Amino acid sequence: MSGPVMDPRIAPPFPEAALPILQNTQLRKNVAHATDVIQAKRNRLVAEKQDWQQLRSSASAIRAHVLANLTTYLEQFETKCTAAGGVVHWAKDAAEARSIILDILREENATEVIKIKTMTSAEIQLNPALEAAGIAAIETDLAELILQLGDDEPSHIVVPALHVNRRQVREIFARRMGLPELPDDPEALTAAARTYLRKKFLSVPTAISGANFLIAETGSVAIVESEGNGRMCLTLPRTLITLAGIEKVLPRFSDLEVLLQVLARSATGERLNPYNSLWSGVVPGDGPERFHVVLLDNGRSEILSRKVERQTLKCIRCAACLNTCPVYRQTGGHAYGSPYAGPIGAILTPQLEHMQHGQSLPYASSLCGACYEVCPVKINIPEVLIDLRARVVDQERAQPRRWTDPMYMGMKVANLAFASASRFRLAQAMGRLGLRLFTDKDGWIRKLPNLGARWTLSRDLPGLPNQTFRQWWTEREAGSIGERLRGKEAPR
Amino acid sequence: MRVSLFITCYNDTLFPQTGRAVVRLLERLGVDIEFHPAQTCCGQMHANTGFRGEAYSQAKRFVQLYRDTECIVIPSSSCVAMIRDQYPGLFDELGNEELRRHLADLLPRVFELSEFLTDKVGVDDVGAHFPHRVTYHASCHGLRGLHLGDRPFRLLGKVRGLKLIPIENLDRCCGFGGTFSVKNAEVSTAMLDAKLTDLLATEAEYCTALDNSCLMHVGGALHRRNLQMKPIHMAEILASTEAVDPESVL
Repeated sequence: MSGPVMDPRIAPPFPEAALPILQNTQLRKNVAHATDVIQAKRNRLVAEKQDWQQLRSSASAIRAHVLANLTTYLEQFETKCTAAGGVVHWAKDAAEARSIILDILREENATEVIKIKTMTSAEIQLNPALEAAGIAAIETDLAELILQLGDDEPSHIVVPALHVNRRQVREIFARRMGLPELPDDPEALTAAARTYLRKKFLSVPTAISGANFLIAETGSVAIVESEGNGRMCLTLPRTLITLAGIEKVLPRFSDLEVLLQVLARSATGERLNPYNSLWSGVVPGDGPERFHVVLLDNGRSEILSRKVERQTLKCIRCAACLNTCPVYRQTGGHAYGSPYAGPIGAILTPQLEHMQHGQSLPYASSLCGACYEVCPVKINIPEVLIDLRARVVDQERAQPRRWTDPMYMGMKVANLAFASASRFRLAQAMGRLGLRLFTDKDGWIRKLPNLGARWTLSRDLPGLPNQTFRQWWTEREAGSIGERLRGKEAPR
Repeated sequence: MRVSLFITCYNDTLFPQTGRAVVRLLERLGVDIEFHPAQTCCGQMHANTGFRGEAYSQAKRFVQLYRDTECIVIPSSSCVAMIRDQYPGLFDELGNEELRRHLADLLPRVFELSEFLTDKVGVDDVGAHFPHRVTYHASCHGLRGLHLGDRPFRLLGKVRGLKLIPIENLDRCCGFGGTFSVKNAEVSTAMLDAKLTDLLATEAEYCTALDNSCLMHVGGALHRRNLQMKPIHMAEILASTEAVDPESVL
């Protein structure tokens, strides 16, 4: 595969991964345009909802309640789903989930499998495992199909091919579907995809899906989508396997009323998603004969056990935080080196990796808070980012090489200086002297060494003024006492 | 009214003219000011970079220093946001009951400058005169952390001679983000470029804000490119009168 690296275990750190993308003007233009369009739609539809903040509060409360009672609801889901004819599997990690799915597929003698867009399958690196087992995975979501045929990777949770424009889509389809005359209008492109996919829908008897929600009360699974291709995968094959993170459960069927509203408006700027599929187990003569649900932990229990980080699992994957994020806007999704990009990816990925990979991601944010403001389930992403940064520092500061790391040394010195006013004054005086070496005649600093060079990469810095505020204040107070002693009004 | 001024570490060191403007402005409004010489930093830089223990010791120091103060004014929205949003969590995790109580008592007495003027003093018109074209940059912490809302606009709207020019994408970050600007310097620069495009489209003479950190970022890029627009903290605009121009005095 020639595309970007989307496995956090081997992906380069965010600042490094962002570099080639910042040079890719076309991709950045595509991302800025697409996020602008989605955001404008989202803002319009949120504005028409008078009770948006109450809806948000309800959605947040439902998700928080689920997380506080997760075991109960998962067991209830298992009972109900099993009673309806489904088979529930529990996977503690990615490897176990892959092997469960492969076992089912082998039992089905599958050589091909059709897939609905599922981020969770990317999380467990399912496609490479299928390929290694000689099973061809066919992505049926239009965007995922574009990426699969283009040897590319998803860059957005909801709109995976957001970084590709239609001329690029035409080029990929023309090349991979053998259609040299294909025009680049949306109708022609979707028609080509339809023809290509119909054959697969009608011939492949096994499908894999993710899940937007699992309903504990009824044992149902809910999937929302825009194209109907998902509906094809859910209804035509003989065997359906649904892979879902354990946090996806909702207590009651009626909770969908709240969550489908906030999801559609936040994700695509629609009042309701065009296709809402809901099913419970199997029904003879209607839809798949065999239905499996794989419930995936893969680090989620650990996230659940942490007070601040727990809220990460409230996420319903609407991607509103990506669309509003000024960092994502510049880099798109590939820089995050994970199927989960943007602010939510920055907090989810390192946690799913037990803080052993993706440690640069919590730093891939200016903490501007735009993500928290739009989150329909009120995940305080900046708060979690800061918590994860503290965990990264706790990990790193034990490493001997950090003792000479300029960032760590600087933080140590600053902390010593901030601990007392006399030390702080000394640090100010020394800083002024030290920076004088780099200050030009006009009082500006244009080039600094070391970490400072990261600042002067694009920004000048005013040289330190000769008098700090506290020096001015002290002088003024001394002056005003003198004035008062001489019986005059203090100068203002 | 007697207020204690927490000037913040970087204003003290890098932007003393902002502190002097706050003093002149508040004294003009009849406010009695004190400056606690033991003050240093609120702990934001350490907290946001992940140095939690260090941030906590600075937070503890702040609360102990100011716990008996009637009212604290801070001309930096990000430092106020640090105190309001992060101190409670830090004290929950690392502090004790006594500190948490002192913090809870203290928080309602901590004001960002524009909050202090509009909410506590109760004025929009501070009698300023600043005959220039100005655009306002909403810092993320002021906008989404403190929910300053229309306060800065009300204050600027009453400044004589000032022509306020709105900026596109007011709510979008300038890319500073503290240590983000060096840890992710290239991405930060790309964000800054986008902000500069919006700023320059206003054709304003000054870009003002309630945070010198954003202004240092934006101003550093304006200077690098030899552009005429100048960064200026809002305190310096509000302190200006017909008799006192910031350029001559500050």
